[in-house]
Amino acid sequence: MAGFLVRRLLNYVVLVVVATSLAYMLAASALDPRANYEGRNPPLPPAVIDARLDELNLNNRTPLLARYVTWAGGVVSGDFGLTVGGDSVNDDLRRRAGVTFRLIILGVFFGGFLGVAVGAYAAVRQYGWFDRLTTIGSFVVLAVPVVVIANVLILAGVWFNGLVGERIVYVSGEYTPGLDAGLPGQALDRVQHLILPTISLSIGLIAIFSRYQRNMMLDVLGADFVRTAMAKGLSRRAALTRHALRTALIPAVTYFAFTFGSLLVGATITEKIFGWHGLGEQLIDSINTNDVNTVAAIALLTALSVLVASLLSDVLTAALDPRVRVG
Amino acid sequence: MSDPVLQVADLDVRFGDVRAVRGVGYEVRAGEVLGIVGESGSGKSVTALAVMGLLPPHARVTGSVRLRGTEILGAKEKTLTAFRGRTISMVFQDPLSALTPVYRVGDQIAEAVRVHQKVTAEQAMVRAVELLDLVGIPNPGQRARAFPHEFSGGMRQRAVIAMAVANDPDVIICDEPTTALDVTIQAQVLDVLKKAQKETGAAIVMITHDLGVVAGFADRVLVMYAGRAVEVGQVDDIYYRPRMPYTMGLLGSVPRLDAGGRRPLVPIEGNPPSPAELPPGCPFTPRCPMAIEACAEAEPPLEPVNGPGHLAACIRAEEIARENLSPAEVYDVAGEVRGRHAATPEPAAEPAAGPAVRAAPTPREGREVVLSVADLVKHYPLTKGAVFRRRVGTVHAVDGITFDIRRGETLGLVGESGCGKTTTLTEILELTKPQRGTIAVLGRDVAALGARDRTALRRDMQVVFQDPLASLDPRMTVYDILAEPLRTQGRRDAGTRVRELLDLVGLDPGHAARYPQDFSGGQRQRIGIARALALEPKLVLLDEPVSALDVSIQAGVVNLLEDLRRRLGLSYLFVAHDLAVVRHLADRVAVMYLGRIAEIGDVERVYGAPMHPYTQALLSAIPLPDPVKERSRRRILLEGDLPSPAHPPSGCRFRTRCPKFKALTDGERVRCVEVEPEVRPLDVDQGVACHYAEKLEVV
Amino acid sequence: MSIADEELAEQVVKIKAPSRGRVVARRFFTMRQGQLGFALLALMFLLAFAGPHFTHWTYTDKDFAAFLRPPSAEHYWGTLQTGADVFAVTLRGMQKSLIVGLLVAVVATTLAAVVGAFAGYFLGWTDRVLMWVVDLLLVLPSFLILAIMSPLFAGGAWVLFVIMLALFLWMITSKVVRGMTVSLKEREFISAARYMGVPAPTIIFRHVIPNMSSLLVVDATLNVSSAILTETTLSYFGFGIQPPDVSLGSLIADGSKTAVFAPWTFWFAAGLLILTVLSVNLIGDSLRDAFDPTSKRGS
Repeated sequence: MAGFLVRRLLNYVVLVVVATSLAYMLAASALDPRANYEGRNPPLPPAVIDARLDELNLNNRTPLLARYVTWAGGVVSGDFGLTVGGDSVNDDLRRRAGVTFRLIILGVFFGGFLGVAVGAYAAVRQYGWFDRLTTIGSFVVLAVPVVVIANVLILAGVWFNGLVGERIVYVSGEYTPGLDAGLPGQALDRVQHLILPTISLSIGLIAIFSRYQRNMMLDVLGADFVRTAMAKGLSRRAALTRHALRTALIPAVTYFAFTFGSLLVGATITEKIFGWHGLGEQLIDSINTNDVNTVAAIALLTALSVLVASLLSDVLTAALDPRVRVG
Repeated sequence: MSDPVLQVADLDVRFGDVRAVRGVGYEVRAGEVLGIVGESGSGKSVTALAVMGLLPPHARVTGSVRLRGTEILGAKEKTLTAFRGRTISMVFQDPLSALTPVYRVGDQIAEAVRVHQKVTAEQAMVRAVELLDLVGIPNPGQRARAFPHEFSGGMRQRAVIAMAVANDPDVIICDEPTTALDVTIQAQVLDVLKKAQKETGAAIVMITHDLGVVAGFADRVLVMYAGRAVEVGQVDDIYYRPRMPYTMGLLGSVPRLDAGGRRPLVPIEGNPPSPAELPPGCPFTPRCPMAIEACAEAEPPLEPVNGPGHLAACIRAEEIARENLSPAEVYDVAGEVRGRHAATPEPAAEPAAGPAVRAAPTPREGREVVLSVADLVKHYPLTKGAVFRRRVGTVHAVDGITFDIRRGETLGLVGESGCGKTTTLTEILELTKPQRGTIAVLGRDVAALGARDRTALRRDMQVVFQDPLASLDPRMTVYDILAEPLRTQGRRDAGTRVRELLDLVGLDPGHAARYPQDFSGGQRQRIGIARALALEPKLVLLDEPVSALDVSIQAGVVNLLEDLRRRLGLSYLFVAHDLAVVRHLADRVAVMYLGRIAEIGDVERVYGAPMHPYTQALLSAIPLPDPVKERSRRRILLEGDLPSPAHPPSGCRFRTRCPKFKALTDGERVRCVEVEPEVRPLDVDQGVACHYAEKLEVV
Repeated sequence: MSIADEELAEQVVKIKAPSRGRVVARRFFTMRQGQLGFALLALMFLLAFAGPHFTHWTYTDKDFAAFLRPPSAEHYWGTLQTGADVFAVTLRGMQKSLIVGLLVAVVATTLAAVVGAFAGYFLGWTDRVLMWVVDLLLVLPSFLILAIMSPLFAGGAWVLFVIMLALFLWMITSKVVRGMTVSLKEREFISAARYMGVPAPTIIFRHVIPNMSSLLVVDATLNVSSAILTETTLSYFGFGIQPPDVSLGSLIADGSKTAVFAPWTFWFAAGLLILTVLSVNLIGDSLRDAFDPTSKRGS
C-alpha cells in the first residue's frame, strides 16, 4: 500500500515536472516580451531593453535552455520569478488564488450536488415531465459555450436590474470596492456579485452531471439488488434512495476527475468576463502581455490541481465503494 | 389438505405487444414444493416477478394473484410492501448481483428484519447473525460484517436465502436459485433451502430449467412453454408418464449421468418460438413429432389426463395416455439419427482419418498421441483493489498436471469453477513455453516452436468456445467468419470450403450472408464448430461448448460433435463442468480440483466406480432427472467452499473438505497433511491421486 | 427489466438480415430527436455554404455608409461597428466553425481509437507508455497551450490549429477505448482469431475497432460539438482563428460589447452557434440510442 502510494505520487511529480517544463518552453519560445518594449515612443535603446529583459529572465537572446535552467532553479526553491511588470509572480498569484478557489468551490458545490439530484430524480421518473424538461434544458445548456452564457447572463442581469429599477445583481467584480456598510452589508454585496458568476460556472456542470447521473441511475434501477431490496419489503422510494442512488453515486465521483479540466477553463472564462481578479483572468492577461513566468506558474498550478482532483476522486471512490478499498 | 397459500390464476403479462406470459395458473399449499420447469423464453421468470409485483412499470399484468386469500395483483404499494418479504419472499438467480455491493451483508439482512418487525438495530443484527448461522455460514458473527464481494457465490446465495426466510414467510419463490453455482455448492444450497423450508413450513415455488433439481425437490411440477403451462402434475406423473410431447422431448434430451454407453440424445427439432411471433394453434406444433393438422388450428387447453391431478395441453394427450407412448417412441430416436446421416454427403476428410476410425477397435496404446501435457504449471499474480492495485499473492491456477490424448479420442476435463480447467485449455492454446512442464501437440514440443511453426501448428489445433454469441464477431457475416481462418492460413478456395462447412454442421449454406445475431443459440454454436473445422484440424479443444444452450438445443449439438468426431477422426479435449454431458461425449475423463488432477481414467470406470473422494462427492451431487432414484440416493455433501487457489492446503488439497479425511485416524491423516498425492494408476485405465482411494458407487 | 429482455432475447429472426448500418439508420430516423438534429444540421450547412451566394457582400467588405445598422433589405442581418455585413461574416464564421469541428472530430477520434486499442490490446509496456502520454496531455492545461500557440495560427495556418485542437480532445475517449478493448479482448471471438493465427494489428483493425464503431461514431459526433465550443472560446479571447478571417467566437466577442444597444451584432452569431451545437448533440445522442440494441426508444 505505502509502496503503491509512493510510486503513484512519484509519477505525479514526474507528470507535473514534464508538463510544466513543456509549458515553460512553449511559452518562452512563442511569447515575445521584447515586443512590450519595442513599440514604445520614444523608442528605448536596445541595450536598455536587453538589460530589463535579462533582469526578468525573459531575454529571447539568451538561449532557451539557459533561461529554463534559471527559471527551474527558482521554481525548485519556491520562486516563480518576476512578472513583466517586475513584480513577484508569487505575490501576485497568492492574491489571486483565493478568488479562483472560492469560485471553483461554489461551482463544484452547486454543479455537483444539483446535477446529481436532478439526474437521479429524472431517472426515477424516466419520461415524466421533469425528465423531459431537464433533458431539453441540459441539451440547450450543453450547446451554449460559457462565453455566450456569461454574456447572456450579463445582458439578463442588466435587463433585470433595469426592470426592477435597482441594482440587485452585479455584473462585474467580486465586491464593491470601498463599500462602507458594515459586515452584513458587505456580505450582501458579495452575494450580489456572486450570483451571476456562480450560475455561469455551475450551469454547465449541472447539465453534464445530471445527464451522467441519470444514465448511471437508470443502469442500477433495473439491477438485481434493487429488486432484492424491494422483495424484502422496502418501498420503491426506500429501495431507490438507500440502494440505487447510493450505488450510482460511485461512478459520478470518478467522473468528477474528468470534468475538472473543463471546470478550470470555465472558471477562467467566467473570471475574465465578470471581471474577477483571479488566476483565470491573469492567465489571459499574461498571455496578452507576453508574461512568460506567470504563464508557466499558472500551468504548474493547473497541472497540480488536476492531479489533486484526480487523487481526491480516487480517495472518494474508495471511501464510497468497499470493492476498491484495500483490505 | 390445507388451503392453498398462494393462488395464481389466468396470469397474463404483456410487454407492449408481446405476450410473455399467457394465462398461467397454479396454487401451492403450506409445506408443498411446486417446480416450474421451462427453457429460456418460456416466461417462467416473468411469471415469478409478476407474482411478486416486481415487474418494470411498462409491463401490463392481468389475472389474479391471491396470497392467503388476499388479492395482491394491482394492490396499493403499501399493501404490497407489507406482504413482500413477510408473507412472500424471493430468492433470485444471480447471487453475484442480488446483494447491494456497498453495504455489509449483515446490515442487508438486518434491514429485511427491521422492515417488518419493530426491533432495535442491535436486535435485528443479532437476528441477522442467527439467520446466517441457520443457512450454514461458518463464523456468522464475523462474516456478517463482510461486504458481498468478500463472499463466494454459494455464500451470497445463502445470504439471500437468509434474507428470504428472515420474516418466516408463507411462500418462498426461488428463481433458478442454483443455476449460477457449482454442483457441489448447488447440493449445499438445495440442502439449506430444504432446511429453511422445514424451519418455516413455507410453500416453495422452485423455478428452474434443470429437470434434475426438480426431480428430487418438488412435489408437483408445472412445465411451461411459450408463456403457457403445457403440463402439470405430481412429480412422478410428469417424469414417468409425460403426456405432452414437449415434456417428453425435454426429458429425452437431457444427458443422463446414470446412462452408460453412448446412446444419442433426443434433440427437439427447431427452436422455441419468439413470444413476439407465436405460430398459430399450439405453439409447439412446428417442433412436435406428433403434430397433425388440427394442432395448428387452436391452442389446446390444459385438460386432465389419467386422473384429476395431471393436466396436459395437447389434443393427442388421450392417445398418448391410451397407448402409453414413451419419449423414445414419440421421437423415434434411431430413425431420426439415421436419417440425418444419410442426408449429409460424406465430406472429404483427412485420408488417414476416414470413417473407419473408431475409439474402440485399435487399442489406446497403439494410437498416435495428439496432445500430451506433462507436469503443466501456471501461476499468476493475484492483485487486489481497482484503484489502489497491488499484488497480494500468487494464484496456483494449474499446479502440475499430466495427461495425454490419442487420435480419435475424447478426453473430458471436468471440475468446478476455479479448478484450473479453463487455464489448462488456454495454456495449451497459447502454444508457448509453459512456466513449467511440457506441452506437445502432435508430437511437437511447443516450447521449441518458432513464430512460423506456431502459426502452422494452429491449423491442426482449433477451439470451440462456450458462448456462441461471444465467440463470433457480431460485425461479420457468417461467410467472413468461416473464411477468416482460411484466409489467415493462406487458403484460396474459401467459397467452396465455406459451403462445405455449413453443410457439414447442418446449416443451410444459403445463410452465409447473414450475421450471427440472426441465428439461434444452437445454430451459432454450429457456426463456431464449423469455424473450428475450417482448417481440418486433428485436435479440437472444446471449452464448455454446450453449457450456454437450452437442453433441447444442447442435445443436437452434442450429437453433432459426436458425429463429427467419428466421421472426421477428430480428437477432442472437452472442458466442461457438466458431468452428464461428459459421460455422453468422452472416452476418458480427468477430474480436476484446485489445479491438480484428482482422478483420471476411462469414463465408464470413473463414473461407475469413482475412487477419489472428490469424484465421489461430485458425482453424488449431480441431481438425476429421475424422482425415484433421487429420493433414494445418498448425497455426499462437501463442507464449505473451494479454498482459495492462492493458498492451497498443504499435502492433499482436498483434505479440508474431504469426507474420507474426517473418517481417518490421526495417524493416517498425517500423510494427507504432509504428502501431496500423485496420480497413481490403480486399474487398467483409472488413476487416482488419493492416499486412501477406495471404490464407491454413487450414481 | 433484465429478466424480460433476457427472455425476449432468445428469438430467431426469420426475415432476411438487413445490414447493421441500415438497422441503425432506420432506428435513428424513426427518433424524433434524430430527425430534428439531422434536419437542423443540414439546414445549418445549407445556410453556411449556400447563404453567401444570396448577398453581394463578402466577409471582408466594409460598407462605409452603414455602421452598426439594424437589419434591412440591403444588410439582411444588419451591420457591425466596422461596417461589415453581419450576414456575410456570420456565415463565414459558421463555415469555419463547421469545418474546424468536423476535422477536429475525425482526427481526435481516430487518434483515440488507435491509441486506446493498442494500449488495451497489448497492455504491459505499450499500455504504460501510451497511457502516460495520455495522462501528461490531461495534466497539460490545453487552453493555455493553445492560447500560447495562437500567434502561430495566423496567416492561414488554421490547419495547425485543427491539429492542436484535436491533440487535446482525444485523451478521455482513448481511455474509454482502452477499457473497452481490455474487456473486448476477453471476448471469445478475439481469442478465436488469435488462436487461428491472425496477427495482432490485423485483429485490432478487423475485430477490435469495428466492434467499438458505435462508441466511436457517437464520440466523433460529440467531439464535433466540443471542438466547435473550444474553438469559439479561444477565438472569443483572440487565441483561435486569427483576423482577417472570422469565426463565430470572434464575432460573439465583438458582438457582446454592442449587444445591449445593437442586439443583431450578438444574437445572430450566438443563436446560430447554439443551434449548430444543439443539432450535433441531438444527432450524437440519437445515434447512441440507435446503436444500443437495448435502448427502448426508437423502433
